[in-house]
Amino acid sequence: MHRSKKIYSAVALTAAAALTLSACGGGDSGNGDGGDSDTVRIGIKYDQPGLGYADGGDYTGFDVDVAKYVANELGYSEDQIEWVEAPSANRENMLQNNQVDMIFATYSITDARKESVDFAGPYFTAGQDLLVRADDDSINGPQDLDGKNLCSVTGSTSAENVRDEVEGVNLVEQSGYADCVTMLGSGGVDAVTTDDIILAGLASTDANQGQFRVVGNTFSEERYGVGLPKGSDKCEDINAAIEKMVEDGAWEEAVTSNTEGADYSYNTDWNPPTPDETCGS
Amino acid sequence: MSSYFSDFASLFEQFDVASAFWVNIQLTFFAAIGSMLLGTVLALMRVSPITSMRWLGAAYVNIIRNTPLTIILVFLVLGVWSQLQLNLSPDFNKNFFRYAVVGLAIYHAAFVCEAIRSGVNTVPVGQAEAARAIGLGFLPAARLIIFPQALRGAITPLGNTLIALTKNTTVAAAASVTEISALMKSMIEFRPDVIIAVFLTVAIGFVLIVVPVGLLTTWASRKFAVVR
Repeated sequence: MHRSKKIYSAVALTAAAALTLSACGGGDSGNGDGGDSDTVRIGIKYDQPGLGYADGGDYTGFDVDVAKYVANELGYSEDQIEWVEAPSANRENMLQNNQVDMIFATYSITDARKESVDFAGPYFTAGQDLLVRADDDSINGPQDLDGKNLCSVTGSTSAENVRDEVEGVNLVEQSGYADCVTMLGSGGVDAVTTDDIILAGLASTDANQGQFRVVGNTFSEERYGVGLPKGSDKCEDINAAIEKMVEDGAWEEAVTSNTEGADYSYNTDWNPPTPDETCGS
Repeated sequence: MSSYFSDFASLFEQFDVASAFWVNIQLTFFAAIGSMLLGTVLALMRVSPITSMRWLGAAYVNIIRNTPLTIILVFLVLGVWSQLQLNLSPDFNKNFFRYAVVGLAIYHAAFVCEAIRSGVNTVPVGQAEAARAIGLGFLPAARLIIFPQALRGAITPLGNTLIALTKNTTVAAAASVTEISALMKSMIEFRPDVIIAVFLTVAIGFVLIVVPVGLLTTWASRKFAVVR
């Protein structure tokens, strides 16, 4: 009797602790209702120069520019935006737990992800590409990778694609693309692979300008969408906002200004994209 | 709910979870041997009568113990492999495995050293005095009298270090070794629909590996305790 009482109280304590912890995760970032409040919480990458990058309290990049434009169209001015870091592995959870209202974080639209979240967009169509040293003209596409050292991020789609498609390539997996670029610079690897616009962003940072070249021979199609919680009512408005952004030239300007100095031009067959996602319905 | 379970089952067809765990077990095995050898030498240095040796051992322990393991592994891969182009194996993937073993051994040797030193403290001073009295020098006394007793007294802290090492093998992903935490990242990337089950699978896998280690060390520490 005494023993079972102890066990019950232990279980109760654990449950209470779990509740407190999950409450912490969901509630502390401002308005929990996520609806028509006076701020909007937008998830972006903090560590991807050219796309989503936190420089002190300053947020820059293509994802950030598109997010600002779309938020403005939805009726939120820039100081009503609350930026939240959305690392790749957490994106579905953050949307499902209502920690963010939308995510602009190089978020490819896939069927597996549509099981748990909704997508608006796409606002950009990227493709997997290679980044090489500017003076290296021996690599012009995946066919030249046989016997070369290639770097990508652990567990990323790009790493898996290369593993499947290119035989004889030596794949190094690092925790971030910045580490890969360091390796590329020091000669440990011959190429870095991921989506072309991410590579362009990396190559256009102040420290890397002029040192690297985006090959421009894409071998996959990644449609970047706006991640939304299931059943969100913002989806159609976001699609309309993206369409407007493309029409009035702000989209074009956002792409070029964020990839300056990388010797990069986006794939014109796919871009600018038509935001044709059916918004979960 | 049943569809969730069938989704979960398909995860194991898509990913080779068992062989990823096997890599962690291999890392643990080789790094345990390496850190045990290096740690024993360090412990010898720290209890030796030579001041410079004691100082060197203490410096190693304090520097390495206070450096994050990730930093050590990233330094080995970004600094030693990429910058200095030093290969530990002609085979590309085995090279990273060896770097990971070296990094893990370097890091855990500091903890093994301290575990053995705590074992040395369980040996009564009289033992060392008696060894000295019959004319044994430092090394023979350590080899014949002190360390056999010290190791038996250090089984529990050594077991703790081994358990920590087992779990720390997941950091080897930073050294480009495809082990379970790297596979977990792939599973999260491609199967976000069963994300909770992915975490649970990895967690339970580690419990299954680590619990026997704990039971074994508890049993061994009783069995081999020095009766005084």
